[in-house]
Amino acid sequence: MEIVMAVVIGVLFMCATYLILSKSILRIIVGTGLLSHGAHLLILTMGGLKQGAVPLLSEEAASYVDPLPQALILTAIVISFGVTAFLLVLAYRAYQELGTDDMERLKGNDTHE
Amino acid sequence: MNNLILMPVLWPLLTGIILIFFVKQVRVQKVISFLSSLIAIMIAAAVVYVVKQEGMMTLAMGSWEAPFGIIIAADMLASLLVLTTSIIAAAVLVYSFKGIGTERERYYYYAVFQFLLVGVNGAFLTGDIFNLFVFFEVMLMASYVLLVLGGTKIQLRESLKYIIVNVISSAFFVIAVAYLYAITGTLNMAQLSERVAAVNQPGILSVIAICFLVVFGLKAAIFPFFFWLPGSYYAPPIPVIAIFGALLTKVGVYSIFRTYTLIFHHDQAFTHMILGTLSLLTIVVGVIGAIAYWDVKKIIIYNIVIAVGVILYGISLMNEEAIAGSLLYLIHDMLIKAALFLLIGIMIKVSGTSDLRKMGGLMKQYPYLAWTFFIAAISLAGIPPFSGFAGKLLILKGTVYAESYVGLGIILLSSLMVLYSVFKIFIHGFWGIVNKDYVPKQVSISGLFVPAVVLVVISVMYGVGTEGIYPFISQAAQTILNPEIYINAVLKE
Repeated sequence: MEIVMAVVIGVLFMCATYLILSKSILRIIVGTGLLSHGAHLLILTMGGLKQGAVPLLSEEAASYVDPLPQALILTAIVISFGVTAFLLVLAYRAYQELGTDDMERLKGNDTHE
Repeated sequence: MNNLILMPVLWPLLTGIILIFFVKQVRVQKVISFLSSLIAIMIAAAVVYVVKQEGMMTLAMGSWEAPFGIIIAADMLASLLVLTTSIIAAAVLVYSFKGIGTERERYYYYAVFQFLLVGVNGAFLTGDIFNLFVFFEVMLMASYVLLVLGGTKIQLRESLKYIIVNVISSAFFVIAVAYLYAITGTLNMAQLSERVAAVNQPGILSVIAICFLVVFGLKAAIFPFFFWLPGSYYAPPIPVIAIFGALLTKVGVYSIFRTYTLIFHHDQAFTHMILGTLSLLTIVVGVIGAIAYWDVKKIIIYNIVIAVGVILYGISLMNEEAIAGSLLYLIHDMLIKAALFLLIGIMIKVSGTSDLRKMGGLMKQYPYLAWTFFIAAISLAGIPPFSGFAGKLLILKGTVYAESYVGLGIILLSSLMVLYSVFKIFIHGFWGIVNKDYVPKQVSISGLFVPAVVLVVISVMYGVGTEGIYPFISQAAQTILNPEIYINAVLKE
């Protein structure tokens, strides 16, 4: 199971890297979304995968999953959700104001402030 | 157990929430945030005092004992940085009263300013590495808003890049934490330190250390991750640049300080060698930028990069002199960078341009501004008896003990270049003849000038009174060099 997860995470990171390196802002934002998905799955995998048990039932529970990675993922998901929403609004506003979503044209130098 | 050490985080949070309710009453906002910033200084001073008297303080959140719960841990390093942060925040806040403009004031500027302080103070005080990530995000979210507030073209363009860089670095932070958790099974920094020491830091942990260096290096703007800094810090108004330049990069530096002295300090030949090399390269690129530009903002922005390099080089040496020097220099640099940004802000305001080739002759109308800038400039370069001197001297002593003469040479040369870069501002901005197209305006600058002077005076006192401050620095350095003090304070209570 860990191997499958590792491959999935790898594919997510690969797609994220490809998208982040493109020029359109929207594709970059989708890329950052995939990157954080990959990171969240990575935490889950790194906490150890077990089947058929929930996090901490009682003190006598025979088997349970480490709850900490799940708490970490929850926090990280909320943060990345908030930042992505902000980034989307900012990208739209920047598109309205600057008239382009092409990172090549957003370089900026001394003559073009 | 002491609830006081959580106050530097809670107090600005509370103030920020209250300020939101008064968002359209600018005058009320000013009064509340000013009073709050004064109280924040007192709280921070109390924390420093308590830590000095009783040693390191810890607080288990929700009474979940370490290592299971989140720990707030105030050692001398963290509390001194919190105090410095509060002082700078108060000065920049007063500067903002005249320097930020009503439009921004009516759109949550002061509230977001307080939330930024929540993140910064929290990052300094937390004793849990995932909690550090959370406070980083609090700080970054506030910084996104401050950076884009106002919505001018250049701000929108630069914020996009800044946010994308930081989102990616946050993802790396999560990845590094995940790896670290998989190997050590804990996130508490004290227990991490113990467990990494127990297995004597094998190769995989050194790789994770480098992962963290990338993450924190992106925030601290070390070579080769500084590329976003000159553009992004150029865009917002001066008070925002001052607070970013003084605090945000320093949070990255602090995190490297913490992780590289508390957790990953067993394989110094590898990790600290990389840190040292990168910081020397950081100094070199910073110097190139500081000399090459003719824009006052760009020159001071590149000086941030140089200072980050100097401080991190001190950390990479890991001997007592260099660590104490880095600490002294870190606090000095926070104060003097904030002061310099405020001073060039006044220069830009009165001359109407930030290009040195168009400026000139400000000395005649603004002699006090000129001489304050002069003192700030020589403090930055580290000329005795001003504040940069003692820190740099100790770092240089550290390089001699570590027999790294390349570092010695680069740091000494960089001081000369820093002096040249700020004197370029002095000579072309204050001396010379007035440019006909940019005649200095005769405006009242006292509201802007007072906070800058206060910061310069504090920095001069910091330099002259180094002897009196050294016991604090020495206590902080002792905690850093002996991780057992930190571990005992957190885990054995």
